[in-house]
This record gives sequence, C-alpha cells and structure tokens, in this order.
Amino acid sequence: MRAVGIETEYGIALASGEPGNPIALSAHVVDSYRRVPSVASAPWDYGGEDPLHDARGFRQNRRDARPDQLTDAPGFDPMQGTVMRRKRRERWEDPAHLNAVLANGARLYVDHAHPEYSSPEVTNARDAVIWDRAGDAIVARALEQARADGVDMTAYKNNVDGKGASYGTHENFLVSREVPFDVLARRITAHLVTRQIYTGAGRVGRGPAGEHEGFQISQRADYIEAEIGLETTMRRPIVNTRDEPHADPHVWRRLHVIIGDANCMDVPNFLKIGTTQLVLSAIEADDARLDSLVLENPVEAVREVSYDLTLQTRLALAHGAPASALHIQRLLLDVCRDYATTSVDAQVIARWEQVLETLQRDWRAASREVEWVAKLTLLGSIRARHAHGDALLPWSDARLRAADIRWSDIDPAAGLCRKLEAAGACERIASADEIAHAVHTPPRDTRAWLRGRAVQVLGDTLDAAGWNSVVLNRADSDELEVAVLDEPLRTRHKVVDDAIAAVAP
Amino acid sequence: MPQVHSSAHSEDDDAPADAPAAAATVQTDAVDALLDEIDVSLEQNSEQFVRSFVQKGGQ
Repeated sequence: MRAVGIETEYGIALASGEPGNPIALSAHVVDSYRRVPSVASAPWDYGGEDPLHDARGFRQNRRDARPDQLTDAPGFDPMQGTVMRRKRRERWEDPAHLNAVLANGARLYVDHAHPEYSSPEVTNARDAVIWDRAGDAIVARALEQARADGVDMTAYKNNVDGKGASYGTHENFLVSREVPFDVLARRITAHLVTRQIYTGAGRVGRGPAGEHEGFQISQRADYIEAEIGLETTMRRPIVNTRDEPHADPHVWRRLHVIIGDANCMDVPNFLKIGTTQLVLSAIEADDARLDSLVLENPVEAVREVSYDLTLQTRLALAHGAPASALHIQRLLLDVCRDYATTSVDAQVIARWEQVLETLQRDWRAASREVEWVAKLTLLGSIRARHAHGDALLPWSDARLRAADIRWSDIDPAAGLCRKLEAAGACERIASADEIAHAVHTPPRDTRAWLRGRAVQVLGDTLDAAGWNSVVLNRADSDELEVAVLDEPLRTRHKVVDDAIAAVAP
Repeated sequence: MPQVHSSAHSEDDDAPADAPAAAATVQTDAVDALLDEIDVSLEQNSEQFVRSFVQKGGQ
C-alpha cells in the first residue's frame, strides 16, 4: 500500500472572453467555494512544508527549521496522544493566495495563476479517479457560487493555452526510502515516457506555442526538457526531484510526476495512477528486468511518442534493439503482473492489457477508453464535415483549436468530453454517486480521513490543517496543539479522534 | 459518428504518414446528435474564443 494523490491546476478564464487577472480569478474560485452555504473548510497549516528538499540528498537554502522536528524525540508517540505545542499567533491571509482545506481531505488553493485542487491521499487507482473527479465537481460548484455573485468564469482541465503557457497536473506517489533515487529515476523513466499512448489527452498543434500544425498525443510533451531536475516551471524534467514526502522522511520519499496530462476521461486517469503504482512496486522489489527498458534518449523520446499517431516509432534503448512505446508497455505489463496484489491492481492489469491490445490492433477502436483517441475521433469528424473535396479542414482552423480547449471545460453542460461521456461514448470508472459522495467525504483508508473529518465537525476548534498536521485550538489550552500525522496510511490519532468524538459521537 | 465521412478520406493532409484522417465510428444516435450540436456551436465564435484563451504558465 502506498499513498498517492493528484494535483490539478485548472485553466481559468472569464466566460465573456474578456481578459481577467488570473491570480484574482483563481482567488475568486477558492473564496467562492469557501462561501458556498453548508461547505466547511479550514485554513492551511504552513507549519511543516519543506519544498526545498531535493531527492538526490541535498537541500536548498533552508530558512527555517521544521516545526515538526520534535517528532524525532524519544517518547513522541501520536497514538498515545502526544502533540506538539505551538504558540498562538495572529493569522494573516494573503488575498492573492487563498487556501481551503476541505471536508474531503483535499486542498483547494491558488498556485501561481491557477486554481489548484490537490486531492486527498488515496491508496488505489480507483479512489484516485473518484477523488480527482470530486475536484472537478468542487471547482464547478465554486464557479456556480461565483456566478451567483456576478462573476462568470470557466475552468478547464487541460495543460496548455496553445500560446506557449503550460500548467501542470502532478501525480504524487510515496515510495520506500530504501530505493536509491538514481535507481528509481533510471527504472521509472521508460514508463513515464511510453505510458503517454494511453494517458495522453490529445492536443491540437505541435511545439510549445503550437508553431506547427497537427495533432499530438500528449498535452505536456512539448514542455519536457530534461531527464531529471528540481524545477517544475522551467526546464521541466521527466523525473522531478522535489523530495517533500509530507511524511516520515526516514520511511518515505515522494515521487512527484509532472509529465502527465490532465485527464477528463476516467480510464486514462485510472491507468495513469494504477500502472505507475505497479511499476513502483517492481522498482521497490529491485526487479532487474526493468533495466532492459532504459531509453537511450528519453527527452527526445517524449516527443517522438507524442507526435506518432501510428504508434509505430521505435525508440532507441540503451541495451538491445529499438522498441515501440507499445512494445515497451507490453513488457512493463508483463513485469507488473507479478506485483498485482489487490483487486484494484487486478482491474488495472486487465484494463492495461485490454487497452494495449486495442491500440495494437487498431487505435481508432480505443475511443471509449483513450482520451487522445476520443478527441481525435471527434475532431476528425469535424474535419471531415467541413472538408473541401479531398482536403480535410486544416488543423489550424479555429473550430478545431476551440474544440480542443472546450474539450476540457469542466462544466458538465458545456465540456465536450463531459457531453460525450453523458452520451455514453466513454468508459467510466467512477460513478456519479461515488463522485458526489467524495466531494464531502474523505477516503477511509488514509490520514485524509482525520483531516476531512476534522474539517467536517470541529468548527473553530480546528485552527488549521496540512498534509501531516491537524492543529487544534482549544479554548482551555494556552497554546495550539499540533497533532502530527507523519504516517499517511494511519487513520487514527488519539487526540484528533477524541476531539471529533467529543462533538460527533 | 457519421460513417459517411469516415471512409471518404484515406489520406491526411498534414498528420504524419499513416495517421488515419477521420474518425472511428461510434454508432449511437446520441453521439451523432451531439456532434451536430457541437458543430453548430463551433461555428459561432471560435476565432475570438481561441484568441482570448490566454493562460499564465504554471507548474
């Protein structure tokens, strides 16, 4: 079992098309959700973040000591009710960087110039899809509230504006600290490069600003420029080294994956998380079969895969004959069969195999499962409808570029993907009921349960919460009490449990 | 998706070689009706819409 989560930065715009300040619009999304009647939320606890820690073993320029370092002290035992104490201090919230910890354990906030939803920690790919889509529903609800207040905005679950800007959808996987980082990077790279063939959301245009006409498999491929690195906004790497586990750093490291596309369809999202979890299990088991799948030129390969709609291009391997992305994925699937232990793992393996077989036979047949195929199918029929003789509508036509963007509009009444799904054209993993439930309820099998329940019931007694902290503000105490939740899979903490039980028996 | 269009063009003009041009066939009335609706909506202000969709880079 490992904790995983997905962060989505949404594209945000005024519905009128007039220019808006993106930071202000993003803040308005967060503020609007906090003001939805009956929605509970809590401030973010900035106490324990360490964004400067690098997975390669060094740390950039620390300014402050971590306030939870005391967790190393002998006798620190959260199960026995140990808490850290922190002085009360005046709270000030930067109006441009609003935050909300939600009742489902997620964080909704302003990151750069986008509203971002960071899902609660989940343990499996099915739940990852459910709580990811809960984020779409939450942002849609926020927009509804904003509209009622007179600001009409549209949010897009995509990664590009077609003019050079890219924003991320990041996956986070906890990985055993015992795996050396260089081994992790070497063995995961081929998977991250080749999984695009079923995780890609499709994109009209090639090149960072769409300089060249055409269609490609991935939204994100044109923005990946390095194999390994710490940055996420420039020289973006295939394997990101940000090592901020938000958990006991002696036990866990976090693999922060920034190469992935935002997915509106369920199956790519399910496979994106599920296959990567299984490859990580193979890496943790030190499976040397993965060493036969090391790419010679991984950065170039990202684009080679994304640009090849025939799926035939062979990628140079460090050892052995060149292999197609499909072939590499087949080999990874065979390795990963040995690591499927749960029923969801078995569903991932079955779906992985089915999708690869379909893509192999005829990629056009994968439109119910694979997002770039579904998008290309839709755009292909628009191109055919407006063909002049034998010439299809060119990719530069505004209708196709507009459809590419509107594909990811999260409004169920407007988004083209959502409409296709409603028409029964897309396989679903998460049911509407499961998604609606996950808007207000945290996953039961991670510490997000404690965080979400605390937001649901504690009211003003909850001072703030973070990934690994729940901060209590009790009237009868001189100081704040910080319950440290350093084990992501632990769903109990004596102090938090007691506080919740006292008001919601 | 209307079949009538999907076999009419064997050659794509600007996609890579062998990339089939048109769509796979999804044979449901709902999808056909949706396609009509999308097509009409795209006629309206796509040029302006695409021009105004400008985002800041993020992570």
